[in-house]
Amino acid sequence: MNYLEDTIVAISTPVGFSGIGIVRMSGENSVEITKEIFKTKTKKDFDDYDNRSIIYGHIIDGSGEVIDEVLVSKMLGPNTYTKEDVIEINCHGGMISVRKILELIVEKGARIAEPGEFTKRAFLNGRLDLSQAEAVIDVINAKTEKSLQMSVKQLEGSLSYKVKTIRNQLIEILAYIEAGIDYPEYDIEEMSYEIIREKTNLIKESIDKMILSSESGKIIREGIKTAIVGKPNVGKSSLLNMLLGEERAIVTEIEGTTRDTIEEYISIKGIPLKIIDTAGIRETENIIEKIGITKTKEILAQSDFAILLLDGQRPLDAEDEMLLELAKDKKGIVAINKVEKNVIISKKEVEEKSHMEVVEISVIEELGIDNLRNKIYENITKSQIDSESYDMVSNIRHINLLKEASKSLEEGLEGIKANIPVEMLSVDIKNAWDKMGRITGETVADDIVDEIFSKFCIGK
Amino acid sequence: MNYIAGDYEIIVVGGGHAGCESALSAARLGHKTLLLTLNLDSVALMPCNPSIGGTGKGHLVREIDALGGEMGKNIDKTMIQCRMLNTAKGPAVHSLRAQADKLMYQKEMKMTLEKQDNLHIKQHEVVSLQVEDGKVTGVVVKTGAIFKSKIVVLTTGTYLKSRIVIGNTSYDGGPNGLFGANELSDSLFENGVKLLRFKTGTPARVDKRSVDFSKMIIQEGDKNIVPFSFETDELEIDQIPCYLTYTNEETHQVIKDNLHLSPLFSGDIQGVGPRYCPSIEDKVVRFSDKPKHQIFVEPEGRDTYELYVQGMSSSLPEEVQLKMLRTVEGMENVEIMRLAYAIEYDNIDPLQLKPSLEFKTIENLFFAGQINGTSGYEEAAAQGLMAGINASRKLKGSEPLILDRSQAYIGVLIDDIVTKGTLEPYRMMTSRAEYRLILRQDNADIRLTDIGRKIGLIGEERYLKFTTKVKMIENEIERIKKVSIKPNSDLEALFAAKSSTFSNKGFTLYELLKRPEMSYFELEKFDPDRPELPKNVIEQVEIQIKYEGYIKKQMNQVEQFKKLEKKKIPESIDYEKINGLRLEARQKLSKIQPISIGHASRISGVSPADISVLLVYMENFRRKESSKANE
Repeated sequence: MNYLEDTIVAISTPVGFSGIGIVRMSGENSVEITKEIFKTKTKKDFDDYDNRSIIYGHIIDGSGEVIDEVLVSKMLGPNTYTKEDVIEINCHGGMISVRKILELIVEKGARIAEPGEFTKRAFLNGRLDLSQAEAVIDVINAKTEKSLQMSVKQLEGSLSYKVKTIRNQLIEILAYIEAGIDYPEYDIEEMSYEIIREKTNLIKESIDKMILSSESGKIIREGIKTAIVGKPNVGKSSLLNMLLGEERAIVTEIEGTTRDTIEEYISIKGIPLKIIDTAGIRETENIIEKIGITKTKEILAQSDFAILLLDGQRPLDAEDEMLLELAKDKKGIVAINKVEKNVIISKKEVEEKSHMEVVEISVIEELGIDNLRNKIYENITKSQIDSESYDMVSNIRHINLLKEASKSLEEGLEGIKANIPVEMLSVDIKNAWDKMGRITGETVADDIVDEIFSKFCIGK
Repeated sequence: MNYIAGDYEIIVVGGGHAGCESALSAARLGHKTLLLTLNLDSVALMPCNPSIGGTGKGHLVREIDALGGEMGKNIDKTMIQCRMLNTAKGPAVHSLRAQADKLMYQKEMKMTLEKQDNLHIKQHEVVSLQVEDGKVTGVVVKTGAIFKSKIVVLTTGTYLKSRIVIGNTSYDGGPNGLFGANELSDSLFENGVKLLRFKTGTPARVDKRSVDFSKMIIQEGDKNIVPFSFETDELEIDQIPCYLTYTNEETHQVIKDNLHLSPLFSGDIQGVGPRYCPSIEDKVVRFSDKPKHQIFVEPEGRDTYELYVQGMSSSLPEEVQLKMLRTVEGMENVEIMRLAYAIEYDNIDPLQLKPSLEFKTIENLFFAGQINGTSGYEEAAAQGLMAGINASRKLKGSEPLILDRSQAYIGVLIDDIVTKGTLEPYRMMTSRAEYRLILRQDNADIRLTDIGRKIGLIGEERYLKFTTKVKMIENEIERIKKVSIKPNSDLEALFAAKSSTFSNKGFTLYELLKRPEMSYFELEKFDPDRPELPKNVIEQVEIQIKYEGYIKKQMNQVEQFKKLEKKKIPESIDYEKINGLRLEARQKLSKIQPISIGHASRISGVSPADISVLLVYMENFRRKESSKANE
């Protein structure tokens, strides 16, 4: 017997550089959810495959767009780790597709697993034997500890501040509503629906902004669109390969994938950069030809961040000057490559011609690469692409709670339009307040009572 | 001299609102019951405000009634004014409140007690408990007489070591000039009961003949009175109005000038007072920017000139009280009949109680009412009823009746105090109920009559009446779903009048009723086959249809909630033996002894990880037990 019937999901590989990502789901809706988001590459439906098959296909989102090519393991209960239906989705990896798939599954009704919950279910459903019980408890505690540390880290600073601000705004509305309900005969200035609507709208907007910054904030989900530009033979391809590290092989060498469809990402201290025109970078590298102005313009226009590569062993020429000129309004960094020997151009010289920070590297000798990574990170996080949104989106559970809070407020706003009674409106606002509280771990209902009495002079 | 003066199944100590419900339910469930009270003239005394009900509290009274308690019936018999509060808001927060004729209320309740079979009432001061091997066996009264009993329910209200404070005068004594009970708390203490000391207060009573109502705003009762009891069909009474007036800058100045004489501010009163019952000096200090505070002037009964001055609780000295009152418009010449006073008293820390209201470490000892750290007649009565019911069930060897937070305000009240404890006298508020949309005062009978019937406090006749009502509601909702209304000019006119969106495709009556602006009554002419139905049936039909969406949403939450409530924790669990629980969680769990996983999760300091550990341990435990059973 399951102690809870809901379906849980989690990324079961460490998030970060790992090549293959596994998203694991357990619970009675696992199969249903999989059928909604997974299309096999064969004529057979998912249902037609035997238990314990590994099935090749695509994960497709609501709009029909392919998110990733995957291998899905179908494991029906009770002979699984948790004794429930378990689905494992092996995707190409990179955080991006793993996270997208996770989000999609959550949208379809699964819940993000608590730390150690798969193991807990395994135990509660009788999969593990008694001697393992102690170990289970250790796992739960260890994982909780770890995730606690992680979320504490995340909650330091701006996100936590924002959440608290929003909760304070919500509880203010609640206090007015509740004081009005519990003390109907007292002179309490009532908050009119018009004012509640205005306030709720503003709060919802700021929650939506937080969600939006996570969704289209170019970070995590999409990656920061990054251009690597420079003259032919300046070392663009080598730099890309170096920054890509191991990930490249996974992304590009899976059967059926092409470089055109699968974008490449590099991860700089956890911030994904989506590299524009990787194919172009590679193909043109060994061809002696002039830099394509149009093409470079195009690439720069698409990008949010630019890495300009200069050849330290050749004097600055018209092409370099043009690059610097084209990129003058961009955020980015200039890297002088090939500084291992015979350096002709100086850092100072370039700095005079560019507003960007300039670093010296040698891709061949692997010199200055860490510094480059650091500078890229600093330039991204200090710039308008604010680091707050990064804090936030790194936790899907948070995004989900934000979405639920926003939805509750939406329902509340609809309720105001329909002129529903105030105690029903209160349910929606309280839900939003509660969801926001779960982000920071504060959901004590007594807060409302405290707020009422600190705000209003009531009572016989 | 000690001698055995009697032998009972259940003894209730205290004749206030908790004690009355306890004693009546115990006796009605067939037990030989004794009610002991300090003073037989103070049975069901209302020492503070002359009203029953109000927000949240009105809900409690209706629930008490649905379970077969007495408070609703008694106020129906003795009210002198009645109002449904919050009618401008939705049905979930409509709350009944009646002004009572205080003396009549007492007289009627005492009579009900006297007429009750199986019930003896005696005037005695209980001075100690008899406890043997962790079980209560009886009580000893001041004269030395011993009353033996299988179960004792303590409902001593605010009488334990009570102290009255008026300015710099203070003396031992109970409310309203009555004696306190100065010995029983020592006996409780000796038996390991942890005591707290709370404080509350009451305003002055003034002489009606010295008040000028023409300077005040009159507050009438409702034209159509909704009775508290589901058994009272209709009520028509001659209602007496209340009046509203205000304090002013002058009043506040008098208070500020004399603040040093208030024991609340001089530190003479140590007890913790309730925030929702602030004294006027508290209000003036804490909300110094408010230019005026409301004062409600309420009659204490039909046959008296005494008026209750709500909003003026105080412990200022006598002369300051008078001076302060005389600054208020309409009270320029007021004469005080009874002074305002603050009262301090011993109460127990309710965390020592099981959700059945039985004391955790002394078997067969139950506590109910203000002794548990609550405030209010209705809160007391609700606990009294539950303690009476559970005392009976204990004797019969049945499982205790524990209402959960999704079933009743009574459940919220008891769960709150036994799970979280309280630092001030606990008052019921609708905002404490997370499932407020379901816990309405109008459906208390639908929620609880079945339970009352099973418990044995709801008789055949009443139950039949109830099931008939339920059936009528169901049938009418079914009928309404099938009624289709063709668009015509009349309908269009109604829509226009209501600024409702019209459409030519036609509607079902059900769809129309869902719109907030449409009422069942106004749609009558479009519904020619409408059956004749009682008002309370129509009310239910309308509420259930109109708010279906929200009610469903809340029902889903309740379902989630119930899952964890159903995971019961065995009483024999030893938290010390569970590895992996954090220290704080272990201590809290050992102290509170939650009955279910849901209950445990509401304890502050118990984290979700602790709950996981607990679940794992319980499963482990269950398997060990079942493998033992198989051997």
